[in-house]
Amino acid sequence: MSKLISDDEVEKIRQSGKILAEVIREIKRLIIPGVKTSFLDQVAADLIKSHGARPAFLGYRGYPASICISINEQVVHGIPGERVIESGDLVSVDIGVEFQGFYTDAAFSVVAGDGNSLAQKLVEVTEKSLYEGIKRALPGNRIGDISHAIQETIESAGFSVVRDFVGHGVGRALHEEPQIPNFGKKNRGVVIEEGMVLAIEPMANEGGYQVEILDDDWTVVTKDGGLSAHFEHTVWVTKKGPVILTHSGDKEQ
Amino acid sequence: MVKEDIVEVKGTVLEALPNAMFKVELETGKVILAHISGKMRMHYIRILPGDKVTVQISKYDPTKGRIVYRYK
Repeated sequence: MSKLISDDEVEKIRQSGKILAEVIREIKRLIIPGVKTSFLDQVAADLIKSHGARPAFLGYRGYPASICISINEQVVHGIPGERVIESGDLVSVDIGVEFQGFYTDAAFSVVAGDGNSLAQKLVEVTEKSLYEGIKRALPGNRIGDISHAIQETIESAGFSVVRDFVGHGVGRALHEEPQIPNFGKKNRGVVIEEGMVLAIEPMANEGGYQVEILDDDWTVVTKDGGLSAHFEHTVWVTKKGPVILTHSGDKEQ
Repeated sequence: MVKEDIVEVKGTVLEALPNAMFKVELETGKVILAHISGKMRMHYIRILPGDKVTVQISKYDPTKGRIVYRYK
C-alpha cells in the first residue's frame, strides 16, 4: 500500500483528486433524461485528458471505457454505450484518474429527473454511509471500524450491503492493499496509519445483497433486480483526520 | 473493486519448523512458510515432511499460508 508523506507526493495526489472532483461536478450536471451514456463517457475522458491526466479505468484488465455508468439494478462496472438515461433512473457513475503516477477513485449516484422516493432514499443512505465510514478513517483505527460504520448505516435503513465488492487502498496504483469491505466488525482488520490513501466505496441494494455479473464480463447487477446505489471517495489519512481528496464540494462534511 | 479471496493450492511439506510452522513446496514450485489451521490442531492431525497438503494463501502475502488439509 502507498503511504504518502512527502509534500511532492501529496501535492500530486491532491491534484489528481481535484481533477476527478471537477469531472464529477461536470458529469453530475449532465445526468438528465435523454442523455446517452457513451456521451458522458466521452465528456469525462476529454475533461480528464484536458488536465494532462488519464482515465484510469480505460484498459484496466481490458475495461473498454473511461468511466463506469451503472443504472438501476446495475451495481457497478456498467459499460457506457447506447443506453439513454430515462427519468427516474438511478444512475451510478464511477471514475478513476491517474495524474503523474498518482491515482484517485470516486463514485456517486443520483436519480435522473423525477425519481421515486425509494430510489432517492437509497441514494441518500448510501451517501451517508460513505461519510460515516470516512469519519472512522483515522490513524490507529482499524479497517473494520470503517466497514462496521458503513454496514450499520445501510442496514439500519433497511437496505443491504453488497459483499462481493470492496473498497481498497489507492495511490500509486488503482487498486492496492488493504481491501475495505463494507461490512464487518469494529476493531478488526488492518490498522489504519497516517499517510494511507483509501478508496472507500459502499454499495447498497434495495433488496438482497446478492449480485451477479452479466455476459459482458463487467456489469454487476443485483440478483433480485432491485435498485443499487454506489458512492466512493479517495481519502487521505492524516493526524488531523481524514482528508477527502475527491470532494466535489456539494456536501461538505 | 472485486473482492479477492484467498486461493487454495496443493503442495508437499518439506520441513517441520518450530512453532507449528512448516516449509511447503507448492505445486507451482514455490516454497512458502505455512502454519497449521486451528481446526487441524484441535483434531491432532500430525503433519510430517513428505505429506501432501492443501494450503490457503491470501493474495495479500503469497509467501505465507495456512495448511487446511492433509491428504492420507
